Parts: sequence; structure tokens; C-alpha cells
Amino acid sequence: MNGISPQQVQIRTTDPRAGYRAARRREALRAFILAVPLLVFLLATFIYPIGKLFLMSVQSGEVVNAIPGTATLLADWPGPPDLPSPQVFDRLAADLQKAQQDGTLAAAARRLNNYEPGFRTLMLKTVRQLPSTSGLPYSEELPRIDKRWGDAETWRLLKRAATRYTPDFLLTAMDREVAPDQSIVPVEKTQAVYVDAFLRTFSISGAVTLICLILGYPVAFLLATLPARKSNLLLIFVIVPFWTSLLVRTTAWYVLLQPNGVVNSLLIASGLTTEPAALMFNRLGVLIGMTHVLLPFMILANYAVMRGIPPVYQRAAVSLGAHPAVAFLRVYVPQTMPGIGTGMFLVFVLSLGYYITPALLGGAGDEMISQLVALQMERQLNWGLAGALSVYLVIFTLAVYAVFNRLVGIDRLRLG
Amino acid sequence: MSVETTTVLSERLARRGVRILSAAVLIFLITPVLVIVPLSFSQSTYFSYPITGLTLGWYETIFASAEWRATILNSFVIGLSATAIATVLGTLAAIGISRPSFPFRGLIVPILIAPMIIPIVVVAVSLYLVFAPLGLINTHLGVILAHAALGTPFVVITVTARLMAFDNTLSRAAASLGASPWIAFRRVMLPQILPGVATGSVFAFATSFDEVVVILFIGGTEQRTIPRQMWAGIRDQINPTILAMAGLLTIFAVVLFLVIGWLQGRSSASAR
Repeated sequence: MNGISPQQVQIRTTDPRAGYRAARRREALRAFILAVPLLVFLLATFIYPIGKLFLMSVQSGEVVNAIPGTATLLADWPGPPDLPSPQVFDRLAADLQKAQQDGTLAAAARRLNNYEPGFRTLMLKTVRQLPSTSGLPYSEELPRIDKRWGDAETWRLLKRAATRYTPDFLLTAMDREVAPDQSIVPVEKTQAVYVDAFLRTFSISGAVTLICLILGYPVAFLLATLPARKSNLLLIFVIVPFWTSLLVRTTAWYVLLQPNGVVNSLLIASGLTTEPAALMFNRLGVLIGMTHVLLPFMILANYAVMRGIPPVYQRAAVSLGAHPAVAFLRVYVPQTMPGIGTGMFLVFVLSLGYYITPALLGGAGDEMISQLVALQMERQLNWGLAGALSVYLVIFTLAVYAVFNRLVGIDRLRLG
Repeated sequence: MSVETTTVLSERLARRGVRILSAAVLIFLITPVLVIVPLSFSQSTYFSYPITGLTLGWYETIFASAEWRATILNSFVIGLSATAIATVLGTLAAIGISRPSFPFRGLIVPILIAPMIIPIVVVAVSLYLVFAPLGLINTHLGVILAHAALGTPFVVITVTARLMAFDNTLSRAAASLGASPWIAFRRVMLPQILPGVATGSVFAFATSFDEVVVILFIGGTEQRTIPRQMWAGIRDQINPTILAMAGLLTIFAVVLFLVIGWLQGRSSASAR
């Protein structure tokens, strides 16, 4: 079965290097084929769906599909200050009626509302009063139905929306918009929520990562330096929570932190406070909950590295006259860098995408980006904006991954 | 002389500091798990200590409720199916990428690890987008496929780690003695990497068993799982049956802990 085929023999006799290369290629192909089923599976259930969501962030077919004729005519309109020609008004009136019959109007109206609150009502109100019975041309009739049709700005927004591809979602997700003079400007302060949400997501993730490092590093050190029997016992305290359902732990913190909960009872009984302290539905609750869930990752990543560090180097440094603190900082800590790197990477990256814990333990001012993505999709049905926010979130996640891969290497990632 | 004593003293203080801090952190980690179990036996519907009377009533409620029973069954059906897919695909891929000849490693490995690091909400929204037109929303199949994808990185990572300790000459020896590739895998490689495969599949199962976000988006109203029902329960008004469910899941976590411990014991024993 595995014998050498005549073809191979021929290659070998003619050029040994070519034969070697062919054999290498065959080996590579054999290894690759083993990964193909998973790659195909992930392509279908993971990569393709995410790609499709990303595409949504630049697509905007709703308005073009509803009023195709108007869209074509508007493409030739140079924009404010002049109004479009009367022909465009006529076309819009016809298109709107057709769109209502075809059932494409609702989606277009919803899409337009993303540009200007009230646009949806304008569209629906206009179409209700069509066709016109006054006999006036539509360039006069439409402004009579609603005076906004006499405003070039309304038409400008309609033109912006009536394109197949748009940068607007990606701009909105960074609190930017295109001004009438085509320049990119910040949106009004009251509507600027996403940059803040990204910054908040980073600062919460950064804070959780630092807290986990400060709390987790000494524990990992203790576990790695204790005799195996003791450290195995203490590891239960880390691993049982690690395997406990996220929702169980969040429920537990809910019960512990509520106004009449266990922690507040203890605080009041000890005389530290007289009234229940606000421990959840605020940033503190989010930090406590997230730290609790992510701390085991930090401890286990550092423990795995520290366990493999022989104590001889540190002892050598001390015997050569280094202060134990210096020996620890300059000799021991550098050897634990892969553990610190892996732990920080895991905690930070997992934090960036957190959804459940902030939703349950956080307050109004603690929304992370994931919650806003979910909100755009579930409530607003704004796929474009959900896609645009996702694009940035994934880019930031991949950037963190790239830094980690460069500094530490993804091969270092171990579990269990 | 004096330098010596201060050194020893500061070192002892540092050690004590590490111990005290570690003790506090370990208590912080275990307390929520310990606190919630006794409360699930409390007669009172206020979740506070001290507990006045004990009851098994909330657990009875769960097992008496057809809805909860269906939910628990559903969680296991989805979890086990997703784990089976993730384990087979993940193990095969791990064997491939562990070979030195594997091409495009720098491109492929990140793709295989991605389901672990891409924010779960992005995955959930994307899946909704693609599954909805295919009629996979609200179905077992849709949730199983999604959870299988989320579980694969864990299998890939644990099996790859295990394969690093595997001596490839063993496979070659088997082949030279006339074993077909399948027999060489079944009889030589698989027994060696089995602890890694098992650990990975436990991780994959736990991922599915504890997954809330994807199920919220693509499970619709039909696919109820334990985390989903608990999420709804916490958002609404925590009732004692949620705590009883939490108690059951805590026991389950201890079982997983023991299984993993046993597997790791086996793997270090067989490595020796």
C-alpha cells in the first residue's frame, strides 16, 4: 500500500531535489487535510457569518430598493443649496406609492430615521396623502404636504441614504457624520455615545486586568512555591469557581451585594456604615463580578509558568549579594513574563466582549460595547450600526491578539 | 549583622504579606459559590442570612416542573451534540497543525483559535444574520452548530498541548510494522492523546452548557437551556428555584473539577 510508486522513482532518479520538494509538498498536504474539516466548519458557522455582518456595516440597500428611480435621478443632483428638479419630485411621488404597494417602504423609512429622527413619519405621512388630488405639480404639492420637502437638506439626506454602499454606519459608530459640505464632523454632543462606550469598555477591561494581575500574581506565586500537597488543596479554591457557571456566580453576587444582602449586613453589623452601601447596579458591581469570573484565568496562567521555574536562579542571585527583593524583581519576575502576558491577554480580551455581567450587575452608566451591539440589533433593528460597532470591536480585539502573539506567542496558550 | 537581620525580616514580612493577600483572594473566589448553596435550602424567599428554616422544596419545584425538566434535558442534548462535533473536528485539526510540515500555520492557527477570542455578541448577531434566512433560528441544529464552533478552540488547544509530548517515531514505527494509518492512530496515537482529547471535550461541553448570549439571539422562544432560563430569572425577579438551579450547577461544577483532576492525574501518570 505504502510502497513507492513508479512515478516517485522516476522523479528521484532524474532530480533528487525535485523529489524532495514533492515529498515535502505531499507531507504538507497530508497535514493540511486533517485541518480541512474544522476549517470548512468554521468558515460556514463562524467566518462567513461575521464577514456578512461586517458587510452590513457598509451596505444600505433599503432606500434604493424602495425608490430606485428617485435614487438614480438624485445621483445627478449636485446637492444644496438648490432643490432638485421638479422631475425628481414627480418621480419620488410615484416611487413612494409603488414602494408602499410592494411593502418596501417600511424598511426604507426606518433606515431614513437613522439619519434624522422624524424622517420615518415624514415618509409615511407623505405617502398617505398621495396621489395628489389638487392638480398642482408635485414640486409644489410635496412641500404643501410637509414643508420639509421644500428644504434642500431633506433631499440631501435622502440622497445620502439612497446609495448601495455607505460609510455612514462606520462614521456613526465613531460619533462622526458627513456635514452638508462633505466634510467629516463630530455629531452633536447629545448623540455622541459610541466613542464614550468604547473608552468605557477599554477602561473597565483595563481595570479588571490590573486588579486580576495584582490579586492573582501573589496567589499564583504562593501556589507555585508551596509543597504540592498544600497547593493542590488550595487550587480547589481557584478551580471550583472556574468551573462554576457564570450565571451561578453572577446570581451569587446579586444575592451578596444587594442592599439587604450578606455584604451589607456584615458592613452594618460591624459599624462601618449605618445605611446599606450601593454595591451593585454601578461600576463597583461590574468590577467585582468581572474580576471574580476572570481572576482564575490570571492565576492559572501564571501558576502554569511559575511551576516550571527552578528556584536556583533566584538563590544564586541572593548568594551573590542581591537583596531578596531585587533578586525577586530582577531574576524571578522576568522569568514569569509569559505567564503575566498570557494572563493579561486572556483577561483583557475576554473583558472586551463582556455582556452578561455588566448587564446584570451594572447600572445605567456602565454599558459596554457588547450591550450596545445587542441593543442596536434587538431594539432598533439597525444591522448597519450593529455591524459597524462589531467591526471596531473585532479590530481592537485582533490588535490585542497581535500584540500578544508578538510578545508572548499564541503557542503559549494552555488550558487545564 | 544588622543588614542580615533586616533582610530576613523584610523577607519574612513579604512572605506573610503574600500569604494574607492570597488567603483574602481565595476567600473572595470561593465565597459566592459557598454562600449560594445553603440559601437554596432556605425556607425564606428573602435571600439573607441567618437561615431560619431548611427545606428541599425549591429543588422539588425544579424536578416537578415539566418545563425545568425539559430545559435540563435540552441543555444536555445540545451540550453533548456540540461536544461530539467539536471533539472530532478539533482533534483532527490538532493532529494536523502539530505536524512540522503543516503549511500556513501563522494564518490557520488564529482562525482556529478565533471562536475563543472574538466577542460573543458579535458571534451571536452574525449567526442570527446567517441562520435566519436558512430557517436555523429556533432550532436544535442551529444552536448545536453554533456551540460546536465555540467549543472547538478548547479541543484544539488541549490536544495540541498533549501532542507536543507525543513521540512521532511511535507512529512511524507502527507504520513500518505494517499498521495502516487508521490502526496506527487508533492503537498508538489515540491512547497517548486521550487525556488531552477528554479534557478538551469537557471544556467544550462546559462552554455550551454555560452559554447564554448565542442562545438568547438564535434560540428564539423554543430552545430553552439552563443558562437562558437563569438569565431570564435573574432579570425578572430572582426566585428561590433559580437558587436551587444554581445549587445543582455548583454540584455539577465540582463533578467537572473532579473529572478534570482525574484526567490530569492520568495524563501525568501516562507521561511518566
